[in-house]
Amino acid sequence: MGGSPILRLIAQRVAMGILLLFAVSALIFAGTQILPGDVAASILGQSATPTALANLRQELGLNDPAYVRYFRWLGGILTGDLGTALTTRQDIATTLGPRLWNTLFLAFWTAVVAIPLAILLGLLAVRYRNGPIDKAISGFALASTSLPEFFIGYLLIFFFAVKLQWFPSISTVYDGMPFLEKLQAIVLPGTALLLVVLAHMMRMTRAAILNVMQSAYVETAELKGLSQLNIIRKHAFPNAIAPIVNVVMLNLAFLVVGVVVVEVIFVYPGMGQYLVDHVAKRDVPVVQAVGLIFAAVYISLNIVADIASILANPRLRHPR
Amino acid sequence: MLKRIPVSSLIGLVFTALFLIVAVFAPFIAPYPTGQIVGGVWEPMSAQYWLGTDNLGRDLLSRMIYGAQITIFISVAATALSFTMGSVLGFAAAVIGGWFEIVMSRLVDLLMAIPTLIFGLVILSVLPTTIPVLIMVMGILDSTRVYRLSRAVAADINVMDFVEAAKLRGEGTGWIIFREILPNALSPLVSELGLRFIYAVLFLSALSFLGLGVQPPEADWGGMVKENKEGIVFGIPAALIPAAAIAALAISVNLVADWILNRTTSLKGGRG
Repeated sequence: MGGSPILRLIAQRVAMGILLLFAVSALIFAGTQILPGDVAASILGQSATPTALANLRQELGLNDPAYVRYFRWLGGILTGDLGTALTTRQDIATTLGPRLWNTLFLAFWTAVVAIPLAILLGLLAVRYRNGPIDKAISGFALASTSLPEFFIGYLLIFFFAVKLQWFPSISTVYDGMPFLEKLQAIVLPGTALLLVVLAHMMRMTRAAILNVMQSAYVETAELKGLSQLNIIRKHAFPNAIAPIVNVVMLNLAFLVVGVVVVEVIFVYPGMGQYLVDHVAKRDVPVVQAVGLIFAAVYISLNIVADIASILANPRLRHPR
Repeated sequence: MLKRIPVSSLIGLVFTALFLIVAVFAPFIAPYPTGQIVGGVWEPMSAQYWLGTDNLGRDLLSRMIYGAQITIFISVAATALSFTMGSVLGFAAAVIGGWFEIVMSRLVDLLMAIPTLIFGLVILSVLPTTIPVLIMVMGILDSTRVYRLSRAVAADINVMDFVEAAKLRGEGTGWIIFREILPNALSPLVSELGLRFIYAVLFLSALSFLGLGVQPPEADWGGMVKENKEGIVFGIPAALIPAAAIAALAISVNLVADWILNRTTSLKGGRG
């Protein structure tokens, strides 16, 4: 292939990611096959006659061996066919589309606020290291990693939706809703998500910058007599960008998962709620499809994180 | 030793102990039986019902106390399972090496490529939601993290002189793992234990909150949040109490784990 080593590294990483995605799809499929009972029995319930069971098995193709069913499922997904929901008999892809969009809408606006805020707070913590600001920030970080999402969520609802009535307690969004109303509807779930990811992001940003601060060139800058602020701005921050981008991406992946619980708290019509509803109904095709999409988003963000750190590494950018 | 303990860790230690005592002695402490309907729905706090009553008129304080028992029991059991499995396999991988290590590590990578909550939900969509199943699922999914840590720690220890000496003496793999590596790997593992326990509490609570964990009429704290969440919009804070208890338990254990982690300086197994 030749080309620059950086392109080769990225290509390798993407190829690994795609391989991992296939392995994960097999794992998700296998995870829903661990029980001897099958989908037909769970649809028809205990009173099913053997003939009805046999007919349904035939109809759903359950008589084929597991690997045949896996490849049929995988083939369907690769061509955009996610199958049919057992409970509603609706096409999963058409139901999922708008919900995926809603989830991404919520995650996107949370990220837009969270990323700059986390970097700013992380920088502040380093600038006033071991001072009261730093202590307050790490205390907040410790607390918020221990708080369950629903505690934050219901506190927000209790105070801002019920007591103060600033925001709706149920975050309904629908097609054709004006953009600003939509934004207002996601303020509370967005804040809950923000508080969940902010602490991790801040802590890791702080660690990344502190790590850079211990290097020789920062000491040189210190000995040159540069001010603390200038050292961070000119020397530490540019070199900490790679680890920070990495942190941000990893936490966005975390955000995508945190969304499941937050959506249920705020009755937000997104993918997480769809997943939870259908786990309870034991609707396996939906669970497989949504589980795979969540895993795919998670893995993709991890790949992007790795690519970002490859790109930001000056030693790889200017090969000798 | 207790003299040098920082105030925050002391608070954490006291609260952790308090939660444990409540969990163990729940039937003796609780004023009412857990399922008994004693009053109206969502009665406010009073001298008779200290925390008020829940969505069916059961005494909230009693349910909280029994909930502590269920929450802590399942989390402890899941943590114990994940630790035993993760550390034994991790040590074994480091000592045996070769194909065993490669297969185990790739398998763990694969499991960790899917967010735990998502994969847990996928599996629970076909499994019956009973307490033993919950413990198994939580324990196995979480053992991946313990595996990574203990393999890293054991790999550090495995190349030390005393382990080489034991190998030259002709000791078996079992001896190397349990008599040479385990005692030296304990301190990083113990502080990890606290973090894994917190994770188990939060994971269980999330599952129960989503209705996929402990099933009614039993309830852990996460399940109690679910039971009482409809009250929030009427300004009834009953759901906030179990949620706050989960947070308090997690924070106390975190404070203790932090203290233990700071006391163990060397051998952090790649934690820096």
